[in-house]
Amino acid sequence: MTAPHPRTWIRTTAKGLYCEPGDFYVDPHRPVERAVVTHGHADHAHPGNGEVLATRETLAIMGSRYGDKASRGQQALSYGESINIKGVEVSLAPAGHVLGSAQAVLTWRGSRVVVSGDYKRRRDPTCAPFEPVPCDVFITEATFGLPVFRHPDDAAEIGKLLKSLSLFPERSHVVGVYALGKAQRVIRLLREAGYDRPIFIHGALRELCDLYEALGVPLGPLVPATAAEKDRLRGELVLAPPSALSAAWARRLSDPVSAMASGWMRVRARARQRGVELPLIISDHADWDELTRTLDDVAAPEVWVTHGSEEALVHHATQRGFRAQALHLVGRGEEEQE
Amino acid sequence: MTPFAELLDRLSYLSGRNDKLRLIAEYFAATPDPDRGWALAALTGELDFKAAKPAMIRELIAARSDPVLFQWSYDYVGDLAETVSLLWPAAPGANRAPELGEVVTRLQEARRGEVPKLVETWLDSLDANARWALLKLITGGLRVGVSARLAKTALARFGDKDVSEIEELWHGLDAPYEALFAWLEGRAEPPEIDDRLTFRPLMLATPLEDAERDGLDVAAYLAEWKWDGIRVQLVARDGEARLYSRSGDDIGRAFPDLLERIDFDAVLDGELLVARDGRIAPFNDLQQRLGRKTVDAKTLEAYPAHIRAYDILFDAGEDLRGLTLEQRRKRLEKLLSKPRHRIDLSELLPFGSLDDLAALRESARENSIEGLMLKRRDSLYVAGRPKGPWYKWKRDALTLDTVLMYAQRGHGKRSSFYSDYTFGAWRDGEDGRPELVPVGKAYFGFTDAELKRLDKWVRDHTVERFGPVRAVSAGLVLEVAFDAVQTSTRHKSGLAMRFPRIHRIRWDKPAEEADRVETLAAMVET
Repeated sequence: MTAPHPRTWIRTTAKGLYCEPGDFYVDPHRPVERAVVTHGHADHAHPGNGEVLATRETLAIMGSRYGDKASRGQQALSYGESINIKGVEVSLAPAGHVLGSAQAVLTWRGSRVVVSGDYKRRRDPTCAPFEPVPCDVFITEATFGLPVFRHPDDAAEIGKLLKSLSLFPERSHVVGVYALGKAQRVIRLLREAGYDRPIFIHGALRELCDLYEALGVPLGPLVPATAAEKDRLRGELVLAPPSALSAAWARRLSDPVSAMASGWMRVRARARQRGVELPLIISDHADWDELTRTLDDVAAPEVWVTHGSEEALVHHATQRGFRAQALHLVGRGEEEQE
Repeated sequence: MTPFAELLDRLSYLSGRNDKLRLIAEYFAATPDPDRGWALAALTGELDFKAAKPAMIRELIAARSDPVLFQWSYDYVGDLAETVSLLWPAAPGANRAPELGEVVTRLQEARRGEVPKLVETWLDSLDANARWALLKLITGGLRVGVSARLAKTALARFGDKDVSEIEELWHGLDAPYEALFAWLEGRAEPPEIDDRLTFRPLMLATPLEDAERDGLDVAAYLAEWKWDGIRVQLVARDGEARLYSRSGDDIGRAFPDLLERIDFDAVLDGELLVARDGRIAPFNDLQQRLGRKTVDAKTLEAYPAHIRAYDILFDAGEDLRGLTLEQRRKRLEKLLSKPRHRIDLSELLPFGSLDDLAALRESARENSIEGLMLKRRDSLYVAGRPKGPWYKWKRDALTLDTVLMYAQRGHGKRSSFYSDYTFGAWRDGEDGRPELVPVGKAYFGFTDAELKRLDKWVRDHTVERFGPVRAVSAGLVLEVAFDAVQTSTRHKSGLAMRFPRIHRIRWDKPAEEADRVETLAAMVET
């Protein structure tokens, strides 16, 4: 018996990607009875579901963000462990995106789909590295699905930040970082570069930093920026969510150099639009080279491309001999979640 | 190439003047000759590579990228050099990255046909940022927000000299300026230059404040009109002549009508204007002649250039800068007593008292006059902006009550504040109802405390956002001051204010009572 084609048992619906035989959704953006959640970013992990299956870390992140409203029931699954839901075998493989991030590996009657969620391929000191899983259909993101997006070495980007600190020692340096993942990764990279001074953090980063530490990612001394005197922030590093950079909050800082850690900083016009004085090209998403290399590594004959520049990646995949199509998922890939 | 690329990258994002100065000075200190000299030449716009054109760069990238992906990428990035620098594939086993000096000298020596191969090899060996810098360098126009003056100021800071000392030498020097750097580092005497045709730094005036005006010893001063043109320096020697802008840029090529019939040896300080039959045209006409590298016959005829001279720095090789203004003035009058082609004398204005001066200033309403200049009779010609010897006393500004329409976030210290304001005046819309049309933009004229309050007002009254810009509801009246208003085809209102600034914030005034566009149009003078 030949295995059924994935399109016969997995499809997009108004609520999100739906696995019919298992009767569950992957990363639904509206509340459903049963969900598999790849990682804790808000455009993937929504509150208010019935049962949620995810890694222990992702469940903890959802609990920290949503409290009681996260979901009625939770089930933790470790990387490599599998569970059977109405005949569909479900397992999770590391995605390398943020702590706890996973690819959902779904197998039904010998046919396998990998929903990779968001991922990257380069080393990240705060999470497990991406593992390619052979499959029939690979569902990939394409946030940076244009060949202009090729992220440089992140240690060199951190070097730019430290060099700026020594060049402008009287100014505070405020770095815009997303609260989940980017903040902790930037802190770890700074520590690896030998920066052992206290790092000041905006209140919105506190809980997730605490959670990372509790889950075994040491971040070194962190101090609330909110309580610090303006003079104390001279020449110091301050991390804050991107929205705070342009808000009244930034005024408490001492003549700040405004930096931003994001893959979008690769394009000058994007960095300028945000009024960034020191763009740091550090991304938790695969760049173009990582995306195309992953298609080759996974070697699935068919590729479905979600959020981002789908057309360009589909174009590339088709030229490389893959069957490829864009998969339009609602509510995915908002920039603030990068 | 990499340190230069890092400098350009950082400069392109920094907005504070002092930050830029520090960055450039730091680069000069850390970079050896000749690279820093070539970087200085690049920043001051002294480099020009004719053989490297955008078309060539397009061909290079076309040979190594998918045309569909290239087009999508270019559409997204919006800049050719940047797109190519990002798309360029890594070349394993490439040569070592070239130094800046190597790039410059090899390009200068290369024949046109050799250029593509050279550029290709360099692109293979550089990282994305350095590729961007290379392409910007060779295609001209770095556009990193650094003027030639700023680069020289950084140089002065690096060498702990006054920028006027550098300006004095600058036009006698050539890249890569090794002798200049040696002097700045205290390793050598100042470089000797051929100064026959060099630019001499200008003496500038300070505004006459109310407090100074009342105690002014008017008898010690000479008065002339303050012409509304641009300040220039005309250098003529041995049958050659050059025309420099106030910053020392050689703009002579665009003004053959001024330079072709010079028959004296002198360095003159004066105002560049457009004049027809001795009548000075509005600044708008002069603008048709500015910012051009060359000029066509039609423009030459329609906008004839003219110099109204008010000072003389050198006369037949003799340096007059140590003489008093009265003495220099006599020499100038003597030189111009013979009719000179398109050059005349800025006349002195007779007056007896401060009241006479005030009356003169009020009477000046032609567009070609901005107010009065008051210069001490005994003032020596000193570079820079000394306080006291020369005053500018501009006529009172015009004002208009406008309505705030858009606000944009500022830079540097103001980066979290909405500090750049676009304001409009009322007119009748197509449906007969009143509508606002933008009439100008201003970003100063208010205190820090007012800025805070303005910022809050903008945030509380936002109706739409476009990137860093917010549109606000029509509810705040700004009294705007400006020096003049001219007709303009570039603005929606058909009018352009000269030098607008916020005069008063009318928190009290209802927006409906602000002025109409017609009121502004009536202030246009010819």
